[in-house]
Amino acid sequence: MKSFKEYIAYPYGLWMLIFIAVPLLVVVWFSFLSNPDFKAGVYTFTLDNYQEFMDPVYLELLYRSFLYAVIATVICFIIAYPLGNLIISLPGHRQNLMIVLMIIPMWVNFLLRTYAWMVLLSGSGLISQFLGMLGFQDVSLLYTQSAVILGMVYNFFPYMLLPIYTSLKKIDPDLLRAATDLGANHFQMFVKIKLPLSLPGIVSGSMMVFMPAVSTFVISNLLGGGKYMLVGNLIEQQFLTLNNWNFGSAISMVLMTIIFLVLGIARLITGKELDTGGQLL
Amino acid sequence: MKKIFRNLAFGLILLFLYAPILVLIVYSFNDSKIMGPWAGFTLKWYVMLFQDRYILQALYYTLIIAVVATTVSTIVGTISALGIYRMRSKLKRPYLLLNNIPVLVPDIVMGITLMSLFIFAGMKMGLTTIIIAHITFCIPYVILAVLPRFNRLPENIFEAALDLGATPRQAFWKVLFPEILPGVTSGALIAFTLSIDDFVISFFTAGNGVSNLSITIYSMAKAGINPKINALSTIMFGCIMVLLILINIRSEKGIKHIQ
Amino acid sequence: MKKNTEKIIQVKNLVKFYGDKTIIDEINFHIRANEFLTILGPSGCGKTTLLRMIGGFETPDDGDILFEGKSLLNIPANKRPINTVFQKYALFPHLNVYDNVAFGLKIQKKPSAEIASLVQEMLRMVNLQGQEQRDVNSLSGGEQQRVAIARALVNHPQVLLLDEPLGALDLKLRKNMQMELKNLQKKTGITFIYVTHDQEEAMTMSDTIIIMNRGRIQQIGSPVDIYNEPRNAFAADFIGESNILDSIMLKDCLVKLQDVEFPCVDKGFEENEAVLTVIRPEDIDILPPGSGFLDGVIESVTFLGMHYEIVMNCKGINWLIHTTREFFAGDQISIQVDPNNIHIMKKEKDHEII
Repeated sequence: MKSFKEYIAYPYGLWMLIFIAVPLLVVVWFSFLSNPDFKAGVYTFTLDNYQEFMDPVYLELLYRSFLYAVIATVICFIIAYPLGNLIISLPGHRQNLMIVLMIIPMWVNFLLRTYAWMVLLSGSGLISQFLGMLGFQDVSLLYTQSAVILGMVYNFFPYMLLPIYTSLKKIDPDLLRAATDLGANHFQMFVKIKLPLSLPGIVSGSMMVFMPAVSTFVISNLLGGGKYMLVGNLIEQQFLTLNNWNFGSAISMVLMTIIFLVLGIARLITGKELDTGGQLL
Repeated sequence: MKKIFRNLAFGLILLFLYAPILVLIVYSFNDSKIMGPWAGFTLKWYVMLFQDRYILQALYYTLIIAVVATTVSTIVGTISALGIYRMRSKLKRPYLLLNNIPVLVPDIVMGITLMSLFIFAGMKMGLTTIIIAHITFCIPYVILAVLPRFNRLPENIFEAALDLGATPRQAFWKVLFPEILPGVTSGALIAFTLSIDDFVISFFTAGNGVSNLSITIYSMAKAGINPKINALSTIMFGCIMVLLILINIRSEKGIKHIQ
Repeated sequence: MKKNTEKIIQVKNLVKFYGDKTIIDEINFHIRANEFLTILGPSGCGKTTLLRMIGGFETPDDGDILFEGKSLLNIPANKRPINTVFQKYALFPHLNVYDNVAFGLKIQKKPSAEIASLVQEMLRMVNLQGQEQRDVNSLSGGEQQRVAIARALVNHPQVLLLDEPLGALDLKLRKNMQMELKNLQKKTGITFIYVTHDQEEAMTMSDTIIIMNRGRIQQIGSPVDIYNEPRNAFAADFIGESNILDSIMLKDCLVKLQDVEFPCVDKGFEENEAVLTVIRPEDIDILPPGSGFLDGVIESVTFLGMHYEIVMNCKGINWLIHTTREFFAGDQISIQVDPNNIHIMKKEKDHEII
């Protein structure tokens, strides 16, 4: 294939440098600058932005983001893993149908999906009415912590299900039969064969839920009513309302560091690079 | 027994996934501004929706952005995937690494970095910046969809075409392109979906003048529940279902054709 | 049809490097029209690279390839009167059997009626009639092979290059395809250049064999010549199994190996020159202990269907012997070799035994 040389990828290389590498570097650079007197063009190199983040208020906010994301990831896993196994037990064509049915809601705009839960959870919504009939009066679930976590689970659940389903599907049923043949009981077969073999799917599914959950600001704004600030909200606020880009950049760097640390741990667990692309189609 | 349990589990999870959307659809026909009890059938929310200049404008922008971003990223992504596939040099790893960044980095970070760049470079936020942003996060997905197709090409099929008398151009269009086409199609589909669905990156790179559907829905939803959004979701969900059914019919025809 | 003596392809001083590794090292040979030529060698010996240069998929770093006396080097692959059957067939997965075979003819813009009749004829020739509409991915290995051959032959090339075309097939199918390929070659009169690492395949099909190792030609000759008179230890070992032993040429027609003198027929070596002696396993006769040149103990006996393969240990050196008589491990035997069956070769430093 001599006639196609690698240089046809060079323009995109330039594009990536300008629109991916440089912007990231700009933000890294911003995060080390400060402009205490808000004078135009007067910037000094500093670690203040990072130091400012060490304030308990912000640390608690970071902890909350991390906690919510972890809880959402765990809930997704607890639902998705057994569900994946159930789907595998279906005949082939019905497996595909079921997977398609699970993905269709993903095609609805993310904001509409979140908005739908605002409707369901609101004081006059269906769930409150139902609870009212049971004798719980005036329960509004909207704008609570649970609502935020629910939003995360609902929006990102398919990201967990698909990799798990794919990795379970890849396990040769003969392996499980062989384990049984060699005297393993159901539990041993699960712990020693199924779980390790589906681990890559579990890890990449968890990453794909954790990452958008830990960085969201939409879900916490709409379903938490702004009461439960997450890291995402803080970044948005710094950039769009408070105009403190330097602090915003520093927070973004902290968030990125956390995500890359988690990615690194995930890579250690599975022993290879995660395939996060192209899982949805 | 096991079957009953299985069907119950599927039923519950489907209820969880679809209930919110179905509720929106039902309420879009409800003649009441609050999401309370049923107050009679109406189409007034749909009428109001189509009278809302901002929503129509947002729809128009959403489609323009998605079409341009999809077209550009599909073409550039496919050509670049071919280039990356041909790379024997040490460039390949950095290319793939850089290409993966928009996939791995959270949307909000992509959003603020691009926003910082545009402001830093003195660009005016608007349609251009939002389209650049969309192209930037769409190309990586196109490459991730197309590159495996190149890697899976049977050995020597390009040479085989040349051997049988095809010029390199003919060999590309008659042999390589049909082979990678499924990857290109799904890459384009992913790009289109991501672009239509994107809120976060658009939110940071749109500025004040331009607003797509996601941004419009966000600002409306922040103000509280609004039945016009219900009508909009019903229409969008309807479009998706029609699209899915069409794709399904087409692929079933394809299967029959092979048989 | 051209006369049997015409040199259709000449390869002159061909050199190819990958980086600083020499893949093809000054190769010279020619192929006559209608010939079935096999390039035989172990993997990595450069045979596929050589074929790809003839096909036009690699550019030589030095030397020339002539087709009917004219250089091919400036002619791109798609203009050469040569077609290739690739190792893993390289069928176009998106086209059915008919469209794969018709590909070259369609590129030539032949009228579709002519294409149809040529394709039908070719599919009949490779026993695939009635399979036109099948998806190539659903074909068996043998059928894919036939499509690949039909796809190349339908263009009536002057020369057909085949790169280990039977490597992916099972043994029985391979035997059948060998016969069919040979018949096809006779029927069409097309010159075949066939690359393989399987010496048996080379022996049964070829008019001429070129043995290659490490980018160099070790020997060129007919299968019989190469088998009977291997030019060096590599060729001897590669064509059939052999006992290859360090030995000393005492004088003309007398070689000493394992401290025993053997009469032979080779002359022209220096006195006491260190040489290699090659003896085919089937050329060794087994005698009762004490009555032959060398005595030893049988270490193992394997029944191979046609004959027994015996490993005999004689003072720490293992001899491979083929015989139709039955022996048992532990038996004491003596061996003898006819002087005509002892082949003496010069020791060549850079031609190591594989």
